[in-house]
Amino acid sequence: MKNHVLRPLLVVLGLVALVLLIRPFYVPKDFGVHERGYMYGWYRQGNIEDWKKVTVKYQGSESCKDCHPDKIETLSQSPHAIIQCENCHGPALEHPSAPEKLPIDRTRGQCLRCHTKLSYPTSARAGLKGIDPGSHNPDTECVSCHNPHKPSLEGLK
Amino acid sequence: MISRRDFIKKATIAAAGVSFSAASIEILTPARVHALKNDKALRWVFLVDTYKCVGCGLCVKACKNENEIPYDANVTRTWVERYVITKDGKLHADSPKGARDGFTDPRIDLGMGRTEDIKTEDIKKAFFVPKLCNQCENPPCVQVCPVGATYQAPDGVVLVDRSWCIGCGYCIMACPYGVRFFHPKHHTAEKCNFCYHRINKDMKPACVQACPFDARKIGNIKDPDDPVAKIITTERVGILKSEYGTKPQVFYIGLDEEVR
Repeated sequence: MKNHVLRPLLVVLGLVALVLLIRPFYVPKDFGVHERGYMYGWYRQGNIEDWKKVTVKYQGSESCKDCHPDKIETLSQSPHAIIQCENCHGPALEHPSAPEKLPIDRTRGQCLRCHTKLSYPTSARAGLKGIDPGSHNPDTECVSCHNPHKPSLEGLK
Repeated sequence: MISRRDFIKKATIAAAGVSFSAASIEILTPARVHALKNDKALRWVFLVDTYKCVGCGLCVKACKNENEIPYDANVTRTWVERYVITKDGKLHADSPKGARDGFTDPRIDLGMGRTEDIKTEDIKKAFFVPKLCNQCENPPCVQVCPVGATYQAPDGVVLVDRSWCIGCGYCIMACPYGVRFFHPKHHTAEKCNFCYHRINKDMKPACVQACPFDARKIGNIKDPDDPVAKIITTERVGILKSEYGTKPQVFYIGLDEEVR
């Protein structure tokens, strides 16, 4: 064979050998074909554990009741009892250690999520009490009159 | 010298002895067999009740916080769509910011700051549809991944290996439901994984927990006592884009033909 063919051929063969040599060290042991075969189950198994280790931020209202039983009690009497504490108070994370205080979402936008009047005949939205945000005290925060823990009109401040 | 007769005799006894293990005389009760067979019987499924959804978007807010999706970036693992069908048969649909802040305007968002007014009396039907990854039984996004960075876990959830993903974007193009996007920080493919870290700690996904109206539910289709599995197997539920053959595992109650 002529030299100009042989030389590049040797380079290519060398590269292939190099890749094959590095491959066992580079590819993790748990990478390969698993339960669902090559089409759906070709992956690094350790990644499943990686995903399980993600930090939980929202702890759920159950975790609030031991320290704030009074708030839970008031709230349980109202239609807002179905709303998770953390939907307005923010994710608890490691509260009360970190963060010590939770930032409360008191914005109009938070209330308008449900209470903008949308008359949609075939949706549960139509059954919620709603206002027209443009005409109902547009420049005032809702919480300056309404108490979110006691939203009935008797709870008006 | 061993005779032929002796050799055959002894060899038969030895073969029988070797092939007869202690396990074969263990008596299995039907309950034990059932338990052994169903040891790994776990397949996560999701159920959305569109009648209950009011479009508050608290699910989207919780999802973005829980899964560290940059809050102001216009990408999200789950979103809520609004469908308004007027009496002239026209469909008006939108999902401003994926409904992160809910639907606080009766006008339809057309994008680029334009809106469309719709008179209440013109509305024939209107409803909200939450969307998320369907965790398909035959996920096309997984098939196209050239490096094995996305896969179906044994419990049916499709996951993305961030350390393995090269960011080629094939999976984003392959998903018929448009649930995948690039994570603005990690620069890898990103998608809903039913809050894998929560469901493996006996918690509900962030969106399910945040929903005040029980419009979102998660369950195990292989557990016959699971309330969600009961609904899916015995009631009338729909799936999205069945014609693609992806076998989506997010089921919808009250799905309309206009929803795609």
